[in-house]
Amino acid sequence: ITDVLTAVALYLAIQDFNKVVFKKQKFLIELDKYAPDVAELIQTPMEMHYIPLKVALFYLLNPYTVMSCVAKSTCAINNTVIAFFILATIKGSAFLSAVFLALATYQSLYPLTLFAPALLYLLQREFIPVKLKSKSFWLYTMQYTALYLCSLVVIICLSFFLLNSWDFIPSVYGFILSVPDLTPNIGLFWYFFAEMFEHFSLFFICVFQINVFFYTIPLAIKLKEHPVFFMFVQIAIISIFKSYPTVGDIALYMAFLPVWSHLYRFLRNIFILSCVLVVCSLLFPVLWHLWIYAGSANSNFYYAITLAFNIGQILLISDYFYAFLRREYYLTHGLHLTRQDGTEAMLVLK
Amino acid sequence: GTMAAAALLFLLLVAAAGPGRAGAGRARRDALREELLLSPLPAGDVAATFQFRTRWDADLPRGAVSHYRLFPKALGRLVAALGVQELHLALTQGFWRTRTWGQPPLQAPAGAELWVWFQPTVMDVDKAWKELSNILSGIFCASLNFIDSTNTVTPTASFKPLGLANGTDHHLLRYAVLPREVVCTENLTPWKKLLPCGSKAGLAVLLKAERLFHSSYHSQAVHIRPICRDASCLAVSWELRQTLTVVFDTFSSGQGKKDWSLFKMFSRTLTDACPLASQSKVYVDISPKNKEKELLEVTPAPASVYEAIVQGDKRTYAVYDLLSPSLFNTSRSLNVQLKWKRPQDSSELPTPVLHAQRYVSGYGLQTGEISTLIYNTHPYRAFPVILLETVPWYLRLYVHTLTIITKGKENKPSYIHYQPAQDRRRPHLLEMLIQLPANSVTKITIQFERALLKWTEYTPDPNHGFYVSSSVLSALVPSIIAMKDVDVEQSPLFTSLFPSSDGSSYFVRLYTEPLLVNLPTPDFSMPYNVICLTCTVVAVCYGSFYNLLTRTFHVEEPSRGGLAKRLANIIRKFRGVPPL
Repeated sequence: ITDVLTAVALYLAIQDFNKVVFKKQKFLIELDKYAPDVAELIQTPMEMHYIPLKVALFYLLNPYTVMSCVAKSTCAINNTVIAFFILATIKGSAFLSAVFLALATYQSLYPLTLFAPALLYLLQREFIPVKLKSKSFWLYTMQYTALYLCSLVVIICLSFFLLNSWDFIPSVYGFILSVPDLTPNIGLFWYFFAEMFEHFSLFFICVFQINVFFYTIPLAIKLKEHPVFFMFVQIAIISIFKSYPTVGDIALYMAFLPVWSHLYRFLRNIFILSCVLVVCSLLFPVLWHLWIYAGSANSNFYYAITLAFNIGQILLISDYFYAFLRREYYLTHGLHLTRQDGTEAMLVLK
Repeated sequence: GTMAAAALLFLLLVAAAGPGRAGAGRARRDALREELLLSPLPAGDVAATFQFRTRWDADLPRGAVSHYRLFPKALGRLVAALGVQELHLALTQGFWRTRTWGQPPLQAPAGAELWVWFQPTVMDVDKAWKELSNILSGIFCASLNFIDSTNTVTPTASFKPLGLANGTDHHLLRYAVLPREVVCTENLTPWKKLLPCGSKAGLAVLLKAERLFHSSYHSQAVHIRPICRDASCLAVSWELRQTLTVVFDTFSSGQGKKDWSLFKMFSRTLTDACPLASQSKVYVDISPKNKEKELLEVTPAPASVYEAIVQGDKRTYAVYDLLSPSLFNTSRSLNVQLKWKRPQDSSELPTPVLHAQRYVSGYGLQTGEISTLIYNTHPYRAFPVILLETVPWYLRLYVHTLTIITKGKENKPSYIHYQPAQDRRRPHLLEMLIQLPANSVTKITIQFERALLKWTEYTPDPNHGFYVSSSVLSALVPSIIAMKDVDVEQSPLFTSLFPSSDGSSYFVRLYTEPLLVNLPTPDFSMPYNVICLTCTVVAVCYGSFYNLLTRTFHVEEPSRGGLAKRLANIIRKFRGVPPL
């Protein structure tokens, strides 16, 4: 049920988002901000018509979603809350968006980082430019922050009254942050902390947790014009680096990939990465069985697959990021680039 | 009954005058009794149970006692300093096979078991428990200092005090088992040193380590408890019982025949009694197994025969009194010999009324199931049994999978106390009161999941597995023959181990087998590699994102080409191929 709710929420969100993108595109074309020969880069309504449906289908039919549904994991509920949060943000309702974000943060700490993209999107929608000196910017930020914090406080106090003690805070959030349970999962943490020297475990726990939250501010600075892409990258980073990742988290950010299908021509390594991801997903149960049941493999085998899978995910996200930035460059500078002497040029990152 | 009256009178004692007046009219303030019980087991083995009981008419916790005579000073000061009400420590190697050997007089689980009741005056029970286990670890040269909160539990129903008790608040009780503990000579030596005569005189001369550990079952225990001084129970004495049970096996001792003698078992014979003992006796169980002529012939002929009802059975014992002058008239040493008169039929093995077994099932290193089978072989009486299970925290029990099935139907326990584990802090505790119908088998199953531990938490031999300590079954088994109340001073020691509440049932405490469970292990040779590889993956992400975030796209400026390119162009010019 929650999966269907998530799919419906994502469908509606992307529909709205497409409308926004199209409007913005038209606006920028009229402002002549784009270079003259980028006609083939611009998204047409025809190809954008089926994207929401594709997004919903991507989510529902993703084998990862099916797996997490069969396993009756609470990840589906997490995904639903985040999907509703995205829907509320794109629709522009600051109150609902704050409430859903508070719910998502209450369940697992990491959606806290989604506060920044949501704020940026709402500011864009209200046509408030992000300038540190502008009063309306700060006013709106304060409003949104207050809404968010209030709803969070309300939810936590409700929990307190249900339980009559504050014990749930170390049990829930302390558990997420301090990673005491080392059951093997698809993430990087478990084997790392199983083999950690006792002396350094606190240091590395702090490093790993900071690593999740650390990308928010640089991404906010770089992607402040494109908050929805920022949200996508942020969700992906959360699902790779959180302390107990599951395949349900991966399914959520993979559902967004059709939204950026127009970036396909700029992706560099998509074939290898998709092969890596598919092969690793197939090898996961095989090596788990070999380690735990057959006894003929080591924990190293499963750990290696974990490493390869996570590298695949990381490179997928950075590939999409690269493609996005490249398209933006082409949109403003024209598709056919020439050097000073007239020969065809190449783009590099410098 | 007697226990309630004893508790009431104990309260009066607090205001009563000191025991000095009561003791003035007594000849001695402490007394030692020693006793050896030889019981041939149905399968042809022999069980020898030594008991050394020191009774001291002193008020240990209260008075500042400075003169220790028979009671060992180490234990006396321990009881006084830490406010111990009762202490039971057992070190065991091997397992008592109840099914083939019958009901044990006093069983202990494999490894080290320590359970202690503290006085109500103790403020911080956990701190006292930690100190106590450390001090005992020093006294007995056993690794009892490994007892900490991850293997200590507080049972609510299973371990009631065996001595006088003034109310039972179970928060004053602590129970811990170390199933991995190995018992060897260095544990026996300090145990023997606590005896008043040491191992130089009396029954303790038989305790030679090279024979005692060459056996199927070896259990040595120390029990300290307060008891009534006399029948009126106006004053309290402290009783220290040191028991040692050893079972000699026909096969392990390399003998084909099943004839036993003291010399064959212990490679020593008895020469005299301990001069400090007020009583020193050897009992040999010569009960006829099925009311026909006797199975055993005992030489030398016993001076007297004692009959008693022990554990619901009428038993006959041959008695040798080491203090009687007539015993050593003919020979200077006493070598009791047992000869089987007719061969033992294996079909005649009597099954004990209550016995149990436990095993772990499942495949793979992820999940498993613990099953306990409890047998009630009494033909017509049903009785309840309290089952106590302590499971370490790294085997995560799923209590919703707990099923109890008797005779094909579900059996709901009338009392369940479950305390879930906390990772690295507390083990699981499951206590249940189960009614066992007559002539039935009860199967209790519970599923668990295995956790992956940090690499430092594994023992040096991780693939040996992890031990789950034995579960404890406590029951009042109905006896077929009515039993009389025993007078502690007059009757043999082996009849007064457990207090009996009435004559129709006797108390039995059984232990099941310990379990050995494998946990998934990480690769122990890899810590540095793992840290490097994981940090590499994180660095890949950081590097890619850093590049994308801090750099912008530029049109590439044509470059002159590096040295390699120029050299390649020169070679191409020679070949006539267009340059790079």
